[in-house]
Amino acid sequence: MLTLKNISTRYGAIKALTDVSLEVEKGAVATLIGANGAGKSTTLRSIMGLCQPYEGEVLFEGKKINGIPTHRIAAMGIALVPEGRAVFANLTVLENLELGGYLQRDHGKLKRDIEHVYEVFPRLKERLAQMAGTLSGGEQQMLAIGRALMAHPRLLLLDEPSLGLAPLMVHAIFEAIDRINKEGTTVLLVEQNANLALKRSQKAYVLETGRIIMQGSSAELANDPRVKEAYLGD
Amino acid sequence: MESFLQQLINGISLGSIYALVALGYTMVYGVLRLINFAHGDVYMLGAYFGYYLSRLVQGRTPSHLLDAAVVMILSMIGCALIGVIMERFAYRPVRRASRLTLLIIAIGVSLLIENASQLIFGANPRFFPQLIPETHIHMGNLMLTNQQVIVLVTALALMILLNLFIYRSRTGKAMRAVSYNLDAAKLMGIDTDRIISLTFALGSALAAAGGILVSINIPGIDPLMGVMTGLKAFVAAVLGGIGNIFGAVLGGLILGLAEVMVAGYGSSTYRDAIAFLILIAILLFKPSGLLGKGQVEKV
Ligand SMILES: Nc1ncnc2c1ncn2[C@@H]1O[C@H](COP(=O)(O)OP(=O)(O)O)[C@@H](O)[C@H]1O
Ligand SMILES: [Mg+2]
Repeated sequence: MLTLKNISTRYGAIKALTDVSLEVEKGAVATLIGANGAGKSTTLRSIMGLCQPYEGEVLFEGKKINGIPTHRIAAMGIALVPEGRAVFANLTVLENLELGGYLQRDHGKLKRDIEHVYEVFPRLKERLAQMAGTLSGGEQQMLAIGRALMAHPRLLLLDEPSLGLAPLMVHAIFEAIDRINKEGTTVLLVEQNANLALKRSQKAYVLETGRIIMQGSSAELANDPRVKEAYLGD
Repeated sequence: MESFLQQLINGISLGSIYALVALGYTMVYGVLRLINFAHGDVYMLGAYFGYYLSRLVQGRTPSHLLDAAVVMILSMIGCALIGVIMERFAYRPVRRASRLTLLIIAIGVSLLIENASQLIFGANPRFFPQLIPETHIHMGNLMLTNQQVIVLVTALALMILLNLFIYRSRTGKAMRAVSYNLDAAKLMGIDTDRIISLTFALGSALAAAGGILVSINIPGIDPLMGVMTGLKAFVAAVLGGIGNIFGAVLGGLILGLAEVMVAGYGSSTYRDAIAFLILIAILLFKPSGLLGKGQVEKV
């Protein structure tokens, strides 16, 4: 479904990604783990066209998408839940969801999609008229994911959804991700919390200073001594 | 008492013009974090478009009011196009450049419009045709002109329409999203370039309306008329909290009132100074403006 072929990306003179290749299969949950600054967010930003890789190709369902403007990539069926959530803090919860469905011009369908999000995250329904900026971190994460779902993405990219959340909230978020995947959305999950990410995915990639240094099935990597030492803290 | 009420009306009338122009500054700042110093010149162009259009339109429609409405709408459309062209060719190519670069380009655009206008329209002031014959309206001891009423009603209507657009429409919601977080807006599938273009169009159209409304009251127009009004509207936007729509309206009204009161009860010599006193005071005591969000932005 998604293929990165040897992409390299830089910020000015700083090289952030070198020769990154990865593949996410339809229906799967794949994960990309790595330390802070490894280039995980840059990888997702390169997929969405928020950064332009200067080498390599990004293919979505067989079509080259690098070079296409971000809003058109979003319209093709990829959604990114950005690091730090990036909800529209000065807009209400409901308005945030409506913006997630910006491309849906059918009012009836928009309403149904919002109901579906409320079903996945009942907490959001209680807060619909509240400014998004006044939500707790976990609720904002729910909103960011719900907002992404509004576009019916076939591929969902999640950038560190567990960042800064209490364990109970992390659990709730990951349950929701499971459900979204079961309902048919392919997921690429970026995490520093490797333990959790490896448990919840089938395939994993390890990124270190902008390069993929390991890849394999998540179960395999979870038992790999190098991964254990560097990312699982034992 | 009557004279105070009279001054109040004059102040609100002037203030609503500043508000219309300030809205353009604040909207563009909202989406691009750019102070478009050429905005005052768009206001001037609005007045000149109105001047030429008046000579074409005047007397061709069934009523004076309709004449004025046609002139105003066409001039707003003309300036909206100017705004779109300005964004497309002056600001879009350097969108990723530093603030200082943007600022220098904005000043360059402003100088370009001012000088080209002096070349094309001539440097001498022109007399804006009287689209609507003046009549006086007496309310007790209070005297209003029909033109003052038209200015007030039109400015108010435009601000209400803008507010409905920004807070009720889908595109308005997209505009608020862009001004909050450009990248996140793109991720929603919003064509942010189109929204930015539209923001320039709207801001410029409001400036044109301001230019025409002023000319209806004070008919002398010249190619540099946008410099002082532009600066004052900028002060109004900063006073209200730049980037904040309600702030721009509030700032415009306060500035208009302050100016008229100073001229009425103090000395008209200080009329123009009050804007700059306000600017200095706000920068010293509350740089984020009256309705600003607290975070101070350096421009
Ligand atoms: N906007 C930016 N400008 C310059 N360098 C950046 C920018 N964003 C990220 N970087 C650099 O690129 C590298 C990868 O960053 P990032 O993709 O954010 O890593 P991660 O998400 O894995 O923490 C880091 O060295 C970081 O400092
Ligand atoms: Mg990151």
